[in-house]
Amino acid sequence: MVGTLDQIFVLLKHWIVGLLPPVLQPVVGVLLSVVAIIATFPALFALTTVIERKGLGRIQNRIGPNRTGPLGILQPVADGIKSLTKEDIVPLNADAAVHFLAPLVLVVAVFLEFAVLPMGRNMVLVDMDAGLLFFFAIGASTELSIFMAGWSSRNKYSLLGAMRAVAQMISYEVPLLISSVAVVMITGSLSLVKIVDAQNQYTWGLPHWYIFTPWGCAAFVMYAVAATAETNRSPFDLPEGESELVAGYFTEYSGFKFALFFLGEYLGMFAISGLGTALFLGGWSAPFSFLQFVPSWIWFFGKVMLSICVMIWVRGTLPRMRQDQLMNFAWKFVIPFTLLNLVNVVVWRFMGEGWARWIVCSAIVVVAYVAMARIGMRSKKIAPRSYRYAE
Amino acid sequence: MLGEGILKGLAETAKNFAGSFVSKERLTTVEYPEERIAPVEAARVFPFLIYDGSDWEKGMRCVACQICEKECPPKCIYIEKSKDKKPDFVGKPQIYPAKFDIDISVCMSCQICVEVCPFEAIKMDNEFELATDDRFGGLLLDRKQLAKPNEYYHKIHPTEAAAVDAKLAEEKAKAEAKAKADAAAKAKTAADAAAKAASAPKTPEGGTGTPTSEATKPPEPAAKSTPKTEGGD
Repeated sequence: MVGTLDQIFVLLKHWIVGLLPPVLQPVVGVLLSVVAIIATFPALFALTTVIERKGLGRIQNRIGPNRTGPLGILQPVADGIKSLTKEDIVPLNADAAVHFLAPLVLVVAVFLEFAVLPMGRNMVLVDMDAGLLFFFAIGASTELSIFMAGWSSRNKYSLLGAMRAVAQMISYEVPLLISSVAVVMITGSLSLVKIVDAQNQYTWGLPHWYIFTPWGCAAFVMYAVAATAETNRSPFDLPEGESELVAGYFTEYSGFKFALFFLGEYLGMFAISGLGTALFLGGWSAPFSFLQFVPSWIWFFGKVMLSICVMIWVRGTLPRMRQDQLMNFAWKFVIPFTLLNLVNVVVWRFMGEGWARWIVCSAIVVVAYVAMARIGMRSKKIAPRSYRYAE
Repeated sequence: MLGEGILKGLAETAKNFAGSFVSKERLTTVEYPEERIAPVEAARVFPFLIYDGSDWEKGMRCVACQICEKECPPKCIYIEKSKDKKPDFVGKPQIYPAKFDIDISVCMSCQICVEVCPFEAIKMDNEFELATDDRFGGLLLDRKQLAKPNEYYHKIHPTEAAAVDAKLAEEKAKAEAKAKADAAAKAKTAADAAAKAASAPKTPEGGTGTPTSEATKPPEPAAKSTPKTEGGD
């Protein structure tokens, strides 16, 4: 099963490392993996910007960029040249050092997140025992860089955007973690490699992905909501709401620093999609047992890009939320629901194999969802909007 | 149910996404430089000068009366009169603009010049692709650039041009009729004068005084029927 094509990158790395003296081998081995990550994900970022602009265009019945190269696929090259040649402006009153460091901190932190993601069979930079913990620890430092950017710019819009971002990211970090903890409770490991391995089994040709269990499905939906908020994507893009905050925390950035923020944001999307893939969608494992001949890394990147496409689709669909709606949703619905889901996981874990746990756990999820939605919607008067002065 | 609206919205956007690949009605974008929509007939951008016939210099309707120059609110027209004269569409000798410049970077497309022009010489164009890399010289159009044939006017504003042509034809017919009447009157006065000269001793009689004064009258309105010259002066 483990074909050459599947392991092609691993074999390539071993071959290059084998050419070197033994002293250099460990260092060069790590460096090669780092270079691969640093080359792959920005390339995916470039691809994603085109997909996003074309996709959003199609959703809005437009064509999207189509002037640069065939079908506009050279658009990211044009964008890159533009941002590189633009003047880099630092406001007079800005804290120059922090202003300079903020985009770097963001990008470096986001790149570190990729270190623990298994991108294919045997394709992980560091198989850390506490990989998930590492991911969230590093992920939390992106908040720091965002606040650095907002604070050092000395601009009210930047600061407002940064404060919104921090409030939002801290609120949604909690459900993100709790929904991931569900997986850890079942697998019994914080290592992402072990989590993926646990899902790489098949019954009747169908995989044992956690999304196909009642608790996993619920956790995945909540994870997706929290991940969208965590990466400041629409409908949770309040920190950069252009209608009220110019561009949010990176209002005062131009040229390549702006591009770095953009890059950091998209890399954050890839990282969080990659984590979601590893936790709930079986990482690099094939969706059907007969498809296992396809290289594992294709499955991983395919799933990541699919998640990104869903994020773009959601962005093209939903309007931006209000700040109070955002906070209410996090603290009154998502967090209680993920906590309840933990109970559900415990039930699943201790009911043992069999059909009974499927029925019980599904019932818990559905009842909890309906009840919480009812309770949450009770105070809302949903009716056609009436206008006092218009009409 | 919570989330139902989101699913409905997602379905709607998915329909749009897929539909834009299939249905031409959904995708309303006109890819401009390659595809174009013909401008509506009433579209107007900047003025141009009309000439009749094939030679733009000979057929130019403008007689350099400078009314448009005076009326132009942003003062974007500059006219210099010629020293000599050339015949206009009726055949009457008129001065013509030796220089006629419109600075389209100043022009505000108000169409007042068109409305005040008594000669139907200046009309609104619908040419809008006037971008240039020289913002001074490139946007200052001289009379050669401004001159466009009457056929072009018919092409861009057919109904308006037809009305103008009808009016001009009528004017010309009237002028010709008047010229003919003048000629007849002149011939008559000449004949009268000859007759008068023949019956010279009868001159002091008052009865014959009136026909002479009547005979001298017609040439005057003929000159007045073309106030162009007076306005031009």
